[in-house]
Amino acid sequence: MTEKRKTYQITRRGFVAGSAAAAGIVGFPGVLRAQAAPVKIGLVHPVTGFLQFNGTQCRFGAVEAIKEINASGGIKSLGGAQLEAVLGDAQSKPEIGASEVEKFNEAGVSCIVGAYASGISMSTTQVAAKYGIPHVVDVGVTDKIVERGLDNVFRFGPGYGVITKVGVERFIAMNDAAGKPVKSIMIVHEDSTPFGGGTAALLEEGLTAAGFSVTKVGHPTPHRDFSNIVLQIKSANPDVVIPSSYPNEYELLVRTMQQQRVQPKGIYSVLGGSGSSYKFLAEYPEACQYIMDCNHWYNPKSAGAMALRKISEAAGVHFTYEVFLAYSAVKLVADAMEQAASADRKKIIDALAASNWSDHIMPYGPTKFVNGQNQGAQPLNLQYQGQEIEVIAPADYATSKAVFPRPA
Amino acid sequence: MDACANLTGHGCGIILASIINGTMTGAVYALVALGLTLIYGVLHIINFAHGTLLMLAMYGVFFLNQIVGVDPYMAMPVILVAAFLFGYGLQRYVIGKTSHGRDEITLLVTLGVSIVIENLALFFFTANERNIRVPYELAGIDLGVTYLLVTQMAAFGAALLITATLWMFMSASDTGRAIRAVAKERQGARLVGINVEHIFALSFGIGTACVGAAAALLAPRFAISPRIGYTFVLIAFTVVVLGGMGSFVGALVGGFIIGIAESVGGLFLGESLGQITISLIFILILLLRPSGLFGEKLR
Amino acid sequence: MRAGQRTAVALGALAAMLAMPLVVTSGFWMDFLILTLFVGVLGQGWNILGGYGGQLSFGHAVFFGTGAYVQAILQTQYGWNPWLAITPAVLAGVLVGAFIGYLSFRYGLRGSYFALITLAFAEAFRVLATSIEITEGGQGIYLRLNRDPDQAITMLQFASGVGYYYMILALTVVALLVAWWIEHSRFGAQLMAVRENEDAAEALGIDAFAVKMRAICISAALTASAGVFYVQKFLLMDPFIAFGPGKSVEALVAPIIGGMGTIFGPLLGSIVLHGVGELTKALTAAAGIDHPGLDLVIYGILLVLMLAFLPSGLMGLLRRRARPARSAEHA
Repeated sequence: MTEKRKTYQITRRGFVAGSAAAAGIVGFPGVLRAQAAPVKIGLVHPVTGFLQFNGTQCRFGAVEAIKEINASGGIKSLGGAQLEAVLGDAQSKPEIGASEVEKFNEAGVSCIVGAYASGISMSTTQVAAKYGIPHVVDVGVTDKIVERGLDNVFRFGPGYGVITKVGVERFIAMNDAAGKPVKSIMIVHEDSTPFGGGTAALLEEGLTAAGFSVTKVGHPTPHRDFSNIVLQIKSANPDVVIPSSYPNEYELLVRTMQQQRVQPKGIYSVLGGSGSSYKFLAEYPEACQYIMDCNHWYNPKSAGAMALRKISEAAGVHFTYEVFLAYSAVKLVADAMEQAASADRKKIIDALAASNWSDHIMPYGPTKFVNGQNQGAQPLNLQYQGQEIEVIAPADYATSKAVFPRPA
Repeated sequence: MDACANLTGHGCGIILASIINGTMTGAVYALVALGLTLIYGVLHIINFAHGTLLMLAMYGVFFLNQIVGVDPYMAMPVILVAAFLFGYGLQRYVIGKTSHGRDEITLLVTLGVSIVIENLALFFFTANERNIRVPYELAGIDLGVTYLLVTQMAAFGAALLITATLWMFMSASDTGRAIRAVAKERQGARLVGINVEHIFALSFGIGTACVGAAAALLAPRFAISPRIGYTFVLIAFTVVVLGGMGSFVGALVGGFIIGIAESVGGLFLGESLGQITISLIFILILLLRPSGLFGEKLR
Repeated sequence: MRAGQRTAVALGALAAMLAMPLVVTSGFWMDFLILTLFVGVLGQGWNILGGYGGQLSFGHAVFFGTGAYVQAILQTQYGWNPWLAITPAVLAGVLVGAFIGYLSFRYGLRGSYFALITLAFAEAFRVLATSIEITEGGQGIYLRLNRDPDQAITMLQFASGVGYYYMILALTVVALLVAWWIEHSRFGAQLMAVRENEDAAEALGIDAFAVKMRAICISAALTASAGVFYVQKFLLMDPFIAFGPGKSVEALVAPIIGGMGTIFGPLLGSIVLHGVGELTKALTAAAGIDHPGLDLVIYGILLVLMLAFLPSGLMGLLRRRARPARSAEHA
């Protein structure tokens, strides 16, 4: 384990006194030459409560982006204005998230990045809409977030719809390329939250339409024992297992399969909790080998992404999708400010809507927003191969070829 | 197709396996419930902090493993003693001092304590999930229908052993008798010269030590995070009520029943809806036999 | 104070509350008020049964969630107008209350046994809500956002906090009136008699079962109405928000801190708890500590300290003439 006891600390030196609005305002002065007024960005994430891990990861990525922007001279079109993070904790509850956004408004933020979970993002974007604050959703995969006609809401990354569609298409292509070894598929999904049930339903639809024989098994989150499910896998003997679960359950499932000596031709997940996790790879390198995942991923050819990965690892933070998506969301807003040459909320919204940003670390191409959704956003297909997580599709970003079916 | 499959849609093998696995999981539930039943039986309080204490003990096991390199099972004696002292102090100097002997206050104090401990854990240990790797994590025996892991068998054996030890301690030792006296009639116990506050704290300490033992046995199997306690605490309450508050044998049997019911219920109703069997058993036992299967006696 | 004076003070307080949006222009503080009143209503629901009736529930989320889900489902699945959905939503809460009450009180569950059975019911409902179709399982329900200001009242969705403020203020007034009625009615006297000593109350000819049934129904109705409000304000519901332990705990902390079995206890408790919550956030922010969780550590410590020094709640402190501390029945 490379992990250190404390994950990270935001530079405590660069601290600016908190405002009367009682929000945690942390500044990053960087080079003290800029005289332009700092621009405030509200970062709302569930850093306590049951989503504490994901929220903390998001916050790390977002704060890292701000540090980087400030160190490289702030927003240049604003005379090198520095960004100042206003931190909010949604405590894993939509109502607290909403209240934090009210606080952000009073603190005079120019824009907001958050709020990881779909439910919390639904409520934070709504409040932000009330005040016309641009709100970039960092993760929040429910497509309903961008389907309400709120013109202040933008999502850089892909939502469920796209991810599952692409996930199915790439699976079919891979199966075809391997000589169609797969006939039967079992989807193992969590069903306690919006994530698992939604993904599983879309996958079932797509895969059934493609002629596979699909069965579905749900499980709650948290789940303590996967023996039953693994025995059902053993008895149904599907060619491929598709897990849609959070990391803890994902790992428990895979490890139980390993313990019960159940080895299908492949494990292929879509948004799998630990389907492409450096932490899982480091801790259980044997159990995770050849697992494939269609998930949020950075552009493997991007130097910026590699640098961010180094920074995360040095800080003892696992380099997860939360980190690079939140990081990118902040960079996106900063670019919009740069284009707008303004910290005005309305102007930033306009700049985001017209955004054509390509200097980012994600495999999305230049940004183009339609109804707040970035059209080029797509997941990548990954596979654990040896000591690395390789990109196996699409071809433009691939770093390796898919190993499928899994060697016995 | 075998007879079971014709009747139920699942083969005999998988049903048998699910009973075996349910028994193994039940042992884990029993381990967590043993401490809770003692605290509940003696102090009559709903200890909200129980899951949090489990979490804390699991971190203890984790850091002993990471820093000193101690195997989780070998760490048990240290964790037992530390957990006992922590629990004793917590009851004697925090819960006992602040709760004014009232149920609803005690409940909120344990809630407050759990908020503090959980967030301290978040603050110091971060939200990252931690895993302990042990060389024997895949070792086991093949029963044909399922693999039985060494870690499962260890938890099973330990649950039996700890239950027997506690039972003997309660029946045979002077302290055990004093605890039972306090549980039954605290005013009377006070009158015959028993230091009730000390006995309360002692019970809480022993209950927490049980949690420490459970932590050592769970650590090789479950990822540790500040919220791991919630995964087990509601189940533990169900087990305690089912077995009868204060009954160790009840906690053990209750653990097995709940483990098997959850496992078999999960097989037939689906894992998620299967969880409802736990709540239904809980409700039914409260209504029909609130003293539990082995209630009233603290042994 | 004489009755006339009391009425005057109450009317004055109400006028002040009605005028609040004129003074509080800050969206954040408006939101703070709304959430505070919301938890006050939630707590008053609990207080009717727990404070006045001595039946400590651990699972009041079951009523909150039922009201919330019915309010949400009638709108999303059946296209009902939110105003029409309110009555069925509250009635559904009452029905669940009557069901749980009937089982628990018929079988004579008291003290921690009653607490545990409510907890079990909330958990059973949570599992059900994740597993059945009509609640859309773990995915949760999202209500359609109304952005037309002309339809704010008909759709019961408001662009600014003020609309929600009056909505929750109305509920607060109802909740306070219910508590006032309990303190001054024959029913309330019977309920409190049952709380103090059920056997003695029965000996006096009080039908303890009927009294407790009425109490749990009223309690469930208030709590379900808080659920209705939540759905209209946040436009979403999922099994964890509805039936998870969070709302059950919020419902009981406020009245215990404020003072169980008092009219203003739950509201006062909610004000103090939210105040302390904001204070700890401000403190950790001012100290420059951005590690998550530290504010909650301080919050937890303050909670324990309040319990240690104010066992009868803040109302006990305000009243001065300390009533003897009641000891709830042991199991």
